[in-house]
Amino acid sequence: MTAALRTWRAFRQSKGKMRRLQVVATHIVLMTGAVIVFIPFAWMISTSLKPPHQIKVFPPIWIPNPIVWSNYVTAVTIFPIPFWIFVYNSLYLSLLTTVGTVLSNAVVAFAFARLRFPGNHILFLIVLSTMMLPGQVTMIPLFILFSKLGWVNTYKPLIVPAFFGSAYFIFLLRQFFATIPRELDDAARIDGCGVLGLLFRIMLPLAKPALGITAIFSFSWAWNDFLGPLIYLSKMETFPLAIALSYLRATYRVLWAELMVVSFIAMLPPVILFFIAQRSYIQGIVITGVKG
Amino acid sequence: MGIDRLNIPTGPRLANAVGPRWWTAPRREAAWGYILISPWIIGFLAFTFGPMLASLGLSFFETDMLTARFVGVRNFATLFNPDTTRSLFWVALYNTAYYVFLSVPINMIVGFFLALLLNQNISGQSFYRVVYYLPSVLPAIAVSLLWLWLFNPDFGLLNWFLSWFGIEGLRWLQDPHTSKPALILMSVWGAGGNMLVFLAGLQGIPTQLYEAATIDGAGAWQRFRHITIPMISPTLFFILVTDLIWSFQVFTNAYVMTGGGPANSTMMYVLYLYNLAFKQYRFGFASALAWVFFVIILLFTLLIFKSSSLWVYYETEIGGKRA
Repeated sequence: MTAALRTWRAFRQSKGKMRRLQVVATHIVLMTGAVIVFIPFAWMISTSLKPPHQIKVFPPIWIPNPIVWSNYVTAVTIFPIPFWIFVYNSLYLSLLTTVGTVLSNAVVAFAFARLRFPGNHILFLIVLSTMMLPGQVTMIPLFILFSKLGWVNTYKPLIVPAFFGSAYFIFLLRQFFATIPRELDDAARIDGCGVLGLLFRIMLPLAKPALGITAIFSFSWAWNDFLGPLIYLSKMETFPLAIALSYLRATYRVLWAELMVVSFIAMLPPVILFFIAQRSYIQGIVITGVKG
Repeated sequence: MGIDRLNIPTGPRLANAVGPRWWTAPRREAAWGYILISPWIIGFLAFTFGPMLASLGLSFFETDMLTARFVGVRNFATLFNPDTTRSLFWVALYNTAYYVFLSVPINMIVGFFLALLLNQNISGQSFYRVVYYLPSVLPAIAVSLLWLWLFNPDFGLLNWFLSWFGIEGLRWLQDPHTSKPALILMSVWGAGGNMLVFLAGLQGIPTQLYEAATIDGAGAWQRFRHITIPMISPTLFFILVTDLIWSFQVFTNAYVMTGGGPANSTMMYVLYLYNLAFKQYRFGFASALAWVFFVIILLFTLLIFKSSSLWVYYETEIGGKRA
């Protein structure tokens, strides 16, 4: 009896040990991965603070001596026009795109999720299929169209389409609207609420989390966009930060400290947004199954 | 993506308003439906469908800045010409396929592996999630410059790291043999995006399935093979489709880091397209290239969709919802 008990205890302990060992091993793997992900960031910040003679050194120096904060001043004053213009342009572009994206997609997704009209199903399938369409197919005719309209070197080609809905966000918001209990709009309708009342008084207030996700995603995508501004903007006063960065690289190929400074600045807004709204990011991914 | 389960709105109609007899509640609701989706319809016609047709039409013309001349299928004939002085199509297609067929599976495996590790109720889960996902939120241009510096053959961090193992003198982006692997390596830094999607999928698997299997005597491997794999297969399918479409469009890193070189070894499809259209203004030829690109992506997508009945498991009894 006691022997059996002892064996059983030993078995349980060994199982506990196995489990602990597994947890420790998992943490070691995950921590190593986290360090690997983090090192490039540390390297970027280290480079951005180095005096010129410590940048091109092998083996690399990790801690700059002295720490050259003034790199941040030289980097932003190296451009022929004031640096804040690029920041302003990026903010302007991203904010207007966000406004257009949220407004148009909320309305369109609501109609797809809640209203009955002939063709609802087939039109929504078309929405989904355009999600898989590579933008390059429409890029050239759109460029010709927008140049004919005189929109080159303005933000219109980048902002105006945002006001006409985009497949990904229609899908995201429609999936969210679908989770709101239908009894709610039935009740509203019985109480004599019209379509617009239903949309603005009931659905949109309830959809705030999903509208937040839409706003965050569209802001950071617009901020990060490169190909769009590259095609349409060629005057320096119109450059957003992403294009200014590319200009810096093309003009001063080897000024690594300055390049790292501006890269760091360009990364800040999406990173800050991500830290503030991590939960929304994850929720957005859970709703659509598409990474941001 | 559960197209068969699209839930079309049902429920009571709108309250009937005063008005002419033919202006019934269902008609009113339908009218509102069309009004509210009209931004998308206009956008679709003006910015997607119209340009697609225009692009197809353009592909039969030879254009420069001012004139356009009908040339029939000559653009396509030039396009498929293996002579690289006339068309880089095959080079660009090979480079892009090389990139896609290595970076997509590697990113999926790494993402899935990380998600499996994170899914076992590990402490600090949200910390790891944030760290691994962080590279995915960054502007591609800033990431490209950072990695350009990491790949620097003389002073870069990567060669320093490899020198610990006695590997020296890799030229990374400056050597046609290592330039594509370098871009793939860089893409793995963003595998956290896939991890998050996989994690969402894993957390959607009902725990009762595992409990029932354990009671029936299934070991860890059997549970993984017969529960996790089939239950995660819809997520796998979705990631495969979206990653494939995204990776085919690889552009910014090649544009910024290598400009397509050395020796065209990183001349990606979209970069070639961009150069033709916006550096040389050969809109007709570039449109032909764009349409061939579209057809290639479409074929791959259809292939995956068709094959999905063989390997994607859609549960119907449990009623679990695919996110």
